[in-house]
Amino acid sequence: MPVRCKEPGLRGGRADEFRKEEGAVTAELVEVTGFTVLMAAVATLVMLPPGVAVAWLLARREFPGRAVLETFVSLPLVVPPVATGLILLKLFGRRGPLGALLEPLGIDIVFTWKAVVVAMAVMGLPLLVRATRAGFEQADRRYEAIAATLGARPWRVFWTVSLPLARRGLLAGTVLGFSRAIGEFGATIMLAGALPGARTLSVAIYRNAELGRDAAAMTLIAAAVTIGFAAVYLSNRLGTAS
Amino acid sequence: MSGGEASVVIDVRLRAGAFALDLRETIAARTVALFGPSGSGKTTTLDAVAGLRRPDEGVIRIGRHVLFDSRRGIDVPPYERRVGYVPQDLALFPHLDVRRNVLYGARGRAAAGGAGGWSLRERGADDGTPRSPLGAGSEGAHGTHASVLELLEIDTLMSRSVDGLSGGERQRVALARALMTEPDLLLLDEPLAALDLGLRDRILPYLERVRDELGTPMIYVSHVTDEVRRVADWAIVLDAGRAVRSGAPAEMLESTP
Repeated sequence: MPVRCKEPGLRGGRADEFRKEEGAVTAELVEVTGFTVLMAAVATLVMLPPGVAVAWLLARREFPGRAVLETFVSLPLVVPPVATGLILLKLFGRRGPLGALLEPLGIDIVFTWKAVVVAMAVMGLPLLVRATRAGFEQADRRYEAIAATLGARPWRVFWTVSLPLARRGLLAGTVLGFSRAIGEFGATIMLAGALPGARTLSVAIYRNAELGRDAAAMTLIAAAVTIGFAAVYLSNRLGTAS
Repeated sequence: MSGGEASVVIDVRLRAGAFALDLRETIAARTVALFGPSGSGKTTTLDAVAGLRRPDEGVIRIGRHVLFDSRRGIDVPPYERRVGYVPQDLALFPHLDVRRNVLYGARGRAAAGGAGGWSLRERGADDGTPRSPLGAGSEGAHGTHASVLELLEIDTLMSRSVDGLSGGERQRVALARALMTEPDLLLLDEPLAALDLGLRDRILPYLERVRDELGTPMIYVSHVTDEVRRVADWAIVLDAGRAVRSGAPAEMLESTP
């Protein structure tokens, strides 16, 4: 889903030449930033349902394999992202177990924008789960028990009591997961490559730096810092406000 | 289940660490006090009756309604027991205002009967201009609800936040919330413990009204003799997880220091 920016109608001349270059930098900035934010938002939506479910399970239920699940979900935090990306590539590739399942449905993940979403979601999930789980753990279980005595079935207790009481953790986790998705590099480059039109901020910064286009790289870095600042600021505010 | 003559059977064995509860009581009275020192198993008993704690074995029954029977493999989940519970800490939902707290259980019953009912009422409650204490759509079928609110004088509190309530108001809101489910049995855990003496005397009449006008059977946990004498017509004295005595409150309390 590339965001296209109209080239300003420039004519010849040196100044125009310069403006053309500047225009290209601006176009890339808008395209890459828009694409990254959009992909991170989609990835956040994708990771929310499983993330909240796992967080709730870890906070509220005892079951065999709980410790394994707990460790497994946190794994992307400690395994090199490039390794996670390679594992995802093997899973979602045409011959991979998940890729083979999706291919008959006409869904191709690897080296498309969907690969960007998958990489971002997997890498953001641990942070979402951690914060949300803490939110659930801080909520007094007594409220849930009393809600049940008032006739509320488990699903209603979850939506009307557990989730609202855990909302701070959930909000913080969502912002953290989103921020992690914005900054994702290692897994993305393995699974999605660096196709033009499907480049995230990190990938575009890397490419520009590699090609010696420092000005372009610096512009993108400014965008990345701005988004990161806004996200952390928001998450801190959410942490202190009721 | 409004028969009145229905007896409550609490016949349970439950082990939790060093503590063991072993009760074999059949209660015919309308208002029963569980009396005894802390750690004697009063709250554990209430939790078991409400379905929040599973006994190792035994039977819990209200009239013919079997809530738990280990031999027959029956363990009715708390949301189907129709047992109202006012815990000692009240557990008013902090993220909901008084109206939503009070209607939480009433809504659950309505939602169980027909899905559309409560969402309409909720919308009516949201517009901030309550025509009746329950908001739009509460009249008629919910006569009990209206009388609960009247009885406990909740009407004026409905739009308040739970944080801003006084101790006595919180108590009344918690009581109303439990009664709005139209329970077969009401469990009260030290309902007056957190209140100072003056306030106790103001809340006690509310409890008496609930007992006399709604006729809801109650199990009342307390260690205050005055309360038990006023509210209960049967008392069971617990010690270390066992019932050591039971009988008319006056007799029980005389032999208790």
